[in-house]
Amino acid sequence: MKKTMNNLSGPLNRQMSDTVFVRLCILPVIILLIVINIFPLFYSLILSFTEYSARKAFSPEFIGNANYRDLLTDPTVWVRFVTTAKYVVMSVAGEMILGFSIALLLQEKFRGRGVLQTLLVLPMTMSPVIVGLMWKLFMDPNWGMFNYLLGLGRIDWASNPDINLYAIVIADIWMWTPFVMLLSIAGLSAVPQSLYEAAEIDRASWWFKFTRITLPMVSPLLMIALIFRVMEAFKVFDVPMGISGTGSSAPPLIAMKLYKDTFLTWKTGYGSALGYIVLLIVIAITSIFVKYLNKAKQED
Amino acid sequence: MADIVLKNVYKRFGDFTAVKDLNLNVFDKEFLVLLGPSGCGKTTTLRMISGLELPSEGQIILDNEDVTQKRASRRDIAFVFQLFALYPHLSVYNNISFPLKTQGIDKKQIEVEVQKIAKLLQIDHILKKKPKQLSGGDLQRVALGRGLIRKPKAMLLDEPIGTLDAKFREEMRTELKNLHIDSGSTTVYVTHDQVEAMDMGDRIAVMNHSLLQQIGEPHEVYSNPKNLFVAQFIGSPGMNFLEMESVTSDGKVLLKFTGDGTTIILPDFLEEKINNKKELSKITWGVRPEDVEIVPEGTKNSLRGAVFVIENMGNHKIIDIKLKDGTLIRVRELPKSKLRIGDNVSITFDMKMVRLFDTESGDSIVFQE
Repeated sequence: MKKTMNNLSGPLNRQMSDTVFVRLCILPVIILLIVINIFPLFYSLILSFTEYSARKAFSPEFIGNANYRDLLTDPTVWVRFVTTAKYVVMSVAGEMILGFSIALLLQEKFRGRGVLQTLLVLPMTMSPVIVGLMWKLFMDPNWGMFNYLLGLGRIDWASNPDINLYAIVIADIWMWTPFVMLLSIAGLSAVPQSLYEAAEIDRASWWFKFTRITLPMVSPLLMIALIFRVMEAFKVFDVPMGISGTGSSAPPLIAMKLYKDTFLTWKTGYGSALGYIVLLIVIAITSIFVKYLNKAKQED
Repeated sequence: MADIVLKNVYKRFGDFTAVKDLNLNVFDKEFLVLLGPSGCGKTTTLRMISGLELPSEGQIILDNEDVTQKRASRRDIAFVFQLFALYPHLSVYNNISFPLKTQGIDKKQIEVEVQKIAKLLQIDHILKKKPKQLSGGDLQRVALGRGLIRKPKAMLLDEPIGTLDAKFREEMRTELKNLHIDSGSTTVYVTHDQVEAMDMGDRIAVMNHSLLQQIGEPHEVYSNPKNLFVAQFIGSPGMNFLEMESVTSDGKVLLKFTGDGTTIILPDFLEEKINNKKELSKITWGVRPEDVEIVPEGTKNSLRGAVFVIENMGNHKIIDIKLKDGTLIRVRELPKSKLRIGDNVSITFDMKMVRLFDTESGDSIVFQE
């Protein structure tokens, strides 16, 4: 019996087994990952302990943890972290509240809901640099529509260092609210209608249903949206680059310094060290969220 | 506790009418079963009583108050859903206490009430568990607990035990019935299972094609069905039907079995019923398995046939007799019956229990109001 079975699938087997084929298919991706992700990750870790400039013809010189010491004792770096944190809190909070609210509104059935939903998703599909440049034009103090529409007079959103952080927050919220909205819609539509009917029978008010059923049922997906947005916002570079450039009036975000040190002044070793600090912070924050997410999932 | 009155209620979904001109009274503390095949409008009726659907036309009165246009949260009713609809993220305790929490009732009092209900339903040991961890029967009890805890004016149940396995269903039937007696709440119970309906209902309302067909006590709908639909839907095994034609001979009305042309002499009270409806010629003869008797072949006023199948049910036998034209008649016999497959026999009928129907309209000719 076994023999005939082997004979049946024989020709194919002799050419290539399934596992070999699967591995062959994955191979290009693995090579690509090693070359452009994993190797740089480890190489930059090594570089972060050296004095090195990628533009000069000297080989990296090992200097121990000097880069890290310099960075962590530099007060301007702390200012940048605080500014970045402010930015993360404001933009992510805005996106979560707006995105979830719009998703709630879209639960109601009305004409043109599908079209509206598609239009609302559009900002997310654009390139962030373009979004930045577009908002720069939109907020231009001389001929931008933003001030005019809000009746604000000549406010220079992009280059005034006191307020250009808010300009970036607004642009970021505009761009990424749809992301939270999409995940919220997915979460909301997964709540069985029968639960709301049961709650209606149990004489629950709208608020009671919202806080006792909707929120807990949607919270795992909201948590995922939150993780993604915090991670992204923490290392945001392209939108602020589009709005305020990288000059001295640009808001002191951490990614901005990373870019300047590494690619404008070519302090590659120093930049790598800063990159690693940012990486560790992002990992720390997300692992806290992931822990909460797992807890929320278990409670389901 | 209260009575429920539905007056000329209609429910339309677009072009489809789910419930047509429904008039229904549910008395205080009654256990009423809405029975019918799927799509007959029974669940829609229940949902209208609850307020989850509002009627397109007509009036619904709950405890002498017109609630026709009131939403479910403004009527004081409990509803047990077919798939329970327990809150999956809440513990059993929080599921049961939910209806009290929405009313802002004091925590200590909630605790007392939950314990009382949990004891009644024997679920006090699973109060901390989540619905996901429970068996079908426990889910059922929790859903009932959530309904009972606030002492509603009426309990509405939508096929609450349809998803349980057969043996457990039987237990739950008894349990539900006892619970109804204990709590004394007006109960409307939807099912498609006529055994359940017969077993549990104080009265049964049979629905089909959006229309109420008949309402009455279980023995009424069983022995005095208003039309062919009710006759065939109720009873297991179902009623036997024979196609007959009325013929007149020597001034007497006889019925001729269209299968083999045998005529049957009718007792006076049946003859009179047919005489009252002169225009009728095609008549469906309905008789329940227990009202048919197997007699030696050739007995007077009988139909000939042969034993086709014997089902031994333990305390009785169901014997299928195949008549000349192939019609099968199921007969309920004592277990000691010595009949064998292939035996040629005849059957006679208990004339008092025979139901006659107008074949065209399906209406019973012998229905007693």
